[in-house]
Amino acid sequence: MKTLTQHLARIAVLMIAPLALAACGINSIPTKEEKAKAQWAEVQNQYQRRSDLIPNLVATVKGYAAQESSVLIGVSEARAGAMQVKSDASITTDPAAFQRYAAAQNSLSVALAPMRVLQENYPDLKSNQNFMALQSQLEGTENRITISRRDYNEAVRDLNTTLRTFPQVFWAKTMYAASKPMELFQATASAQGAPTVDFAPAGAAPGAAPPEPK
Amino acid sequence: MAVFRAIILALALAFPAVTLGAPTFPPLTGRVVDNAQLLSAEAEAKLTGELAALEKATGRQLVVATLPSLQGYEIEDYGYQLLRAWGIGRKAENDGVILIVAPNERAVRVEVGYGLEPVLTDALSSLIVQRSLLPAFREGRFEDGVVGGATELVKQLSLPDSEARALVAQAASQGASRPAKSGSSLPVIFAIIVVFLMLTGALRTFGARRTGAGLWWLASALLASSGRGGGGWSGGGGGFSGGGGSGGGGGASGRW
Repeated sequence: MKTLTQHLARIAVLMIAPLALAACGINSIPTKEEKAKAQWAEVQNQYQRRSDLIPNLVATVKGYAAQESSVLIGVSEARAGAMQVKSDASITTDPAAFQRYAAAQNSLSVALAPMRVLQENYPDLKSNQNFMALQSQLEGTENRITISRRDYNEAVRDLNTTLRTFPQVFWAKTMYAASKPMELFQATASAQGAPTVDFAPAGAAPGAAPPEPK
Repeated sequence: MAVFRAIILALALAFPAVTLGAPTFPPLTGRVVDNAQLLSAEAEAKLTGELAALEKATGRQLVVATLPSLQGYEIEDYGYQLLRAWGIGRKAENDGVILIVAPNERAVRVEVGYGLEPVLTDALSSLIVQRSLLPAFREGRFEDGVVGGATELVKQLSLPDSEARALVAQAASQGASRPAKSGSSLPVIFAIIVVFLMLTGALRTFGARRTGAGLWWLASALLASSGRGGGGWSGGGGGFSGGGGSGGGGGASGRW
């Protein structure tokens, strides 16, 4: 009789334990971590897409505005620089690598800024349908980058909060000790303000002619 | 009393912070949300019918929204949040689109859900904005622009996948050069006929089976044709509602 109750008690514990564990958030850390990683993949994806658009855009602009070579060289070099930086999910928990990646992508954004006003100075370019299509794709990608960065930040903030608050902090220190808080994107000057023509000298490559002193 | 005053003060301080934190969104009152009063009743009714037919045929939701204010946000910033807040498109497919017109900010945007990005690419959306919307808006013909743009969007969204992709490729390679009219109008007419047949067929079968349901369908059809309250196709209930779709900034904008 005693063994029967013991058995029943054991079964009850086995059945209740997972529920109790789930209730105190044992699953929330991996769930949120996966979500944040998926958002990171989206960020990376959009930056990659932008990178893929650039060679075509540069080639098209070259035909119409060869005198803007400093802008074009700046863009190409910033792109090459951004592509060399490691971008896999492991950098999201490595502040230094994450900063390097964000900085490289930002300098590409800065280099691309004068491209947006180029069409105003070259009416031929504006009537080039290929250029306009590429331009709209680039614009759309920049927009998606902004949104995916914001979504990523939101997911990471959620994860980081979970890692530091009770009761999940208990699991974070024991079972999921490998789960580290992830890095957030900081708003940059170029991301906040509308691009201006003043960026042109800053975006120019080191090899190009230095900006004229005022 | 001091506590009471402190609470009031705290609330007063908290509220501006809340309104700055996130935009507020108008209620989704139907497939056409004409809050900026750009459309006549007839145009609104006609559009609602077209949009309902599109969803009936393809499952894709297209909503037209005219907004008196973007609350200080860029239209790109406001647009994707509106799409998510309304949940336009089916949840699994994310196949929703909103045509947003903000006459006071002089901005227009085609906001495309994740699932439709291959069908309604940035380049193609931009073409529709540049070709069908902006020229009319520049002349102040808002109704023409909205109806023309929405019709173009419906056209692209109703095409079978292969043809839609062909147009997308065309838009990417040669931009605004007009697509061959003779090739593309025949399938569109065919699609419209199919949609019409499906619609009337649905009405008839429901009417024949159950008088209650028949009356309900009749009522909703009348509502749809009068342009009030949407068709009631989704959700099973009365009014129109989003299916929980989401998007991440697909589409294109224009300013005039």
